[in-house]
Amino acid sequence: MRMLAAVLATAIILPAIAPAVAFAGPLEDRQAIMKGNGRDTKLGGDMLKGVTPFDAAVANKILANYVAAAKAFPAHFPAGSNGGDTEASPAIWSKPAEWRAATTKFQTDTVAAAATKVSTQPEFGKAFGMVTANCKSCHEGFRIKKD
Amino acid sequence: MRRLLGGLAGLILLGAVAGFIVTAPQRLPDADVAQGPGDAARGARIFWAGGCASCHAAKGAKGNDRLKLGGGAVLKTAFGDFQPPNISPGGDGLANWTLADFDNAMRRGVSPDGRHYYPAFPYTSYARMTPADIADLFAYLGSLPAVAGKPAAGAMAFPYNIRRGIGLWKRVYLDAAPVVALPAKASAPSRAGQYLVEGPGHCSECHSPRTPYGGVDKARWLAGAADPEGKGKIPNITPGKLRWSAAEIADYLKTGFTPDYDSVGGTMVEVQANMAQLSDADRAAIAAYLKAVPAVK
Repeated sequence: MRMLAAVLATAIILPAIAPAVAFAGPLEDRQAIMKGNGRDTKLGGDMLKGVTPFDAAVANKILANYVAAAKAFPAHFPAGSNGGDTEASPAIWSKPAEWRAATTKFQTDTVAAAATKVSTQPEFGKAFGMVTANCKSCHEGFRIKKD
Repeated sequence: MRRLLGGLAGLILLGAVAGFIVTAPQRLPDADVAQGPGDAARGARIFWAGGCASCHAAKGAKGNDRLKLGGGAVLKTAFGDFQPPNISPGGDGLANWTLADFDNAMRRGVSPDGRHYYPAFPYTSYARMTPADIADLFAYLGSLPAVAGKPAAGAMAFPYNIRRGIGLWKRVYLDAAPVVALPAKASAPSRAGQYLVEGPGHCSECHSPRTPYGGVDKARWLAGAADPEGKGKIPNITPGKLRWSAAEIADYLKTGFTPDYDSVGGTMVEVQANMAQLSDADRAAIAAYLKAVPAVK
């Protein structure tokens, strides 16, 4: 059963990485990456809350996904991709140094978190927290909610 | 003709006198002013519920730097730029303030020298606070580090630069009564939450739309509004739009994650950091109240 859950979870996670290979416009690509982050974070959060049992393989897979997402993400904000149905803040383009600092921190933190190779739930909680602190700090200045 | 002119002059004078009276700052009656000394430990809860650090600490401050209240970033609005002042206990802050001065600022929007504050300082919400909580908060602020420096005042455009006009505005929009009439059978937590949300938490200052005169539109209480600081929207948090359970609302305030694990963003990041400092019981109370307010689509 536990095996099955892990297989299922992996099956769910894998497509989350796929969008890193560009298949549409920058908006669709970066939104797909964020959607994957959301799905992985829900998976991880549920394991930490005890909603689903902790599984080290899934936990490490989630952390690896974060590394891939953080690495791919900044490439999908080319000049001119600030229009249309996007929640990306104009600050991404008007404050490039701050944006670079935020995306670099996201990359550094995800690599450091994945490198811990977690085997217990508390370890995963720590690594997960390292990564997810970036959600708030980046969404504070670089995302504008429209609904 | 001369009599007519005289009459006109008289009318204008009368109008000026009446205008002077109705726009005069109204201090709290002596019998109602908070009595000290307050309890600083209890005041910490009010400090986080009130979100003082979000405007009065330096922008982006983290950890203990959020307790250095030298005045924060300018709040840019359609009415002008507002500069939050130094409210640290130092000489450039509240060193010479009495508890009565502080209470009049918080609940009446009147400065120690008898001028109106602009309602960017959300005294329209703080007016609903108890005198005891005001006293506790004042004691807590007094326990924080003194910070030197007075930030330069913000620039207001005409006619908003006439502070006396705020006196008229207050007559319409400054009302200490509770906003939502909770049903008689409303739970104790939802009532406790009403106090936190409508009073110190001042949630409606951003989450409710405003009338063209800049007052909160109580008919669309907490039903969402344009972001006063620019683009984007501040969401409707009434049951008409927000479908989260009470437990999910409380969890969001604690962790910053929505039920779908999207994260808090924008100016709510600071607010959530404040809410995370409250007790589980206080967050549950806020959630209970938000589930009890009238649903607005």
